[in-house]
Amino acid sequence: MSQFLPDYILAWLPDTIQIIYLIATAFFIRGLKLLNSPNTARKGNMLAAIGMLIGVVVTLFDQHIVSFEFIIAGIVVGSLIGTIAAKKVAMTAMPEMVAIFNGFGGGASALVAWGELARTPDVAMFDSAALVTLGLSIFIGSLTFTGSFIAFGKLKGFISGNAITFPGLNFINIGSMIGVLVLVGMFTIDPANDTFFWIILGVSLLIGITSVIPIGGADMPVVISLLNSYSGLAASMAGFALNNNLLIVSGALVGAAGLILTNIMCKAMNRSLANVIFGSFGGDDGAGGSAGAGGDRTVRETSAEDLAIQIAYASKVVIVPGYGLAVAQAQHVVKEVASKLEAKGVQVKYGVHPVAGRMPGHMNVLLAEADVPYDLLYDMDQINPEFGTTDVVLIIGANDVVNPIAKTDPGSPIYGMPILNVDEAKRTVVFKRSLNVGYAGIDNPLFYAEKNQMFFGDAKKSLQALNEALNSV
Amino acid sequence: MSALIFSLFIFVLACFIGFELISKVPPTLHTPLMSGANAISGITIVGALIVAGSVGGALGQWLGFAAIVFATINVVGGFMVTDRMLEMFKKKGDDK
Repeated sequence: MSQFLPDYILAWLPDTIQIIYLIATAFFIRGLKLLNSPNTARKGNMLAAIGMLIGVVVTLFDQHIVSFEFIIAGIVVGSLIGTIAAKKVAMTAMPEMVAIFNGFGGGASALVAWGELARTPDVAMFDSAALVTLGLSIFIGSLTFTGSFIAFGKLKGFISGNAITFPGLNFINIGSMIGVLVLVGMFTIDPANDTFFWIILGVSLLIGITSVIPIGGADMPVVISLLNSYSGLAASMAGFALNNNLLIVSGALVGAAGLILTNIMCKAMNRSLANVIFGSFGGDDGAGGSAGAGGDRTVRETSAEDLAIQIAYASKVVIVPGYGLAVAQAQHVVKEVASKLEAKGVQVKYGVHPVAGRMPGHMNVLLAEADVPYDLLYDMDQINPEFGTTDVVLIIGANDVVNPIAKTDPGSPIYGMPILNVDEAKRTVVFKRSLNVGYAGIDNPLFYAEKNQMFFGDAKKSLQALNEALNSV
Repeated sequence: MSALIFSLFIFVLACFIGFELISKVPPTLHTPLMSGANAISGITIVGALIVAGSVGGALGQWLGFAAIVFATINVVGGFMVTDRMLEMFKKKGDDK
């Protein structure tokens, strides 16, 4: 749009654009800061969106931009798809949604780098710094693109959630990554040679597939966080190549965010990042101890009426929700049960394990959707000291995150994983269809513990029965 | 080369700001944080605009067009879905 501006403004334009970019950056940082508290988070998101709008509008005044047909068409198509997706998606499908948006972000960065190469008539116009970062942007962006779609497929169930792998795959992946980096170097030295570019693009797209395929479904939260970090990094690299500080800073912020979340998720599962990426954990091969140790163990069953009396006369009840709760679409019934208990003067809290959902914080969103106030949601470190004074813990659709084996059996694959110490409570009640093993394929001795009762059946139906029974207590 | 060093400074400092900003986010907000940060990574749209709007052959413009579509999905969808989630977060007593 710069052609519509008078000359005296034009002279100031490049600097003005940079200053406004700085303002947009400030909006992003302030927005992320406000995301620190549930009270201000919505405003924070709004500020970040305004920052984005400012960045986009001011860029339209860039003197390189002379035609608008492609821009308008692209923004219309993209906004339409984005709006529909954002409005339609179910909260349970949020991990898939984030994965796919992530893929588009990474793909866009790779396309920007490719387009930058394509629009420049002579590659000799790039200095080597620009070439390296263009190459890296294509590498990271492409692998984020395909990797995110594989993660999407795994979460959605199009692709087996099991760890699909074969011996040597890790070596092939590491080898190809090193290979691509070498190729980026060769591309920088000889940018006129198209072959390097095409191999970088092709191999990077393949690496995205082959590096996510061997990771089990249970580890997808880590993968999504990591890919989120990559998409930021790809944007940053594109920023280096285009000499655009707004891209560099925003990309770095996102890269850091993704890395922190990745780290939190790894800690919550007591796994190293390397172990998640190369360990092929979860699914069929992880089921070593599932056979169980002997058949003489007994479980105690409970019924809706019996449980209703127990919790109605308790002074403190903690609900431990797992992903099974969301699968059964039972969040709203849980909330109803909790409301009834509160009306009877029972203190109700929710203990949410970091990996309770399919991505960090997923369970909190699902409960928020069911109108559970966020100040009743306690994370692992907050709720663990409280189990000692809890009368009844209702464990609904959760299994591995309350498995005491993680503390007692050094031979178990989940040994060392921080868990919710529900066994310290006076009574635990597990809502479960059967005594089957959990997502990680490991037997749970909690089911057979003296203080535990099992409430067999579909989580939603069981809770509905409990909800009914509470009426007559 | 000095331009690269300058950019590198900005990049590293921004990483530190990012770590500081995000390490304090409570677990309750991790999902909205991730989808919000995700939307911000769509900032690459700025690069896409320049590629799509400049004259440099049909291929460049088409790649730019595809980049804009992808980035816009990321940005618009990301911010909207984050807002949808955050709208649901209510304190005890808020909803009455």
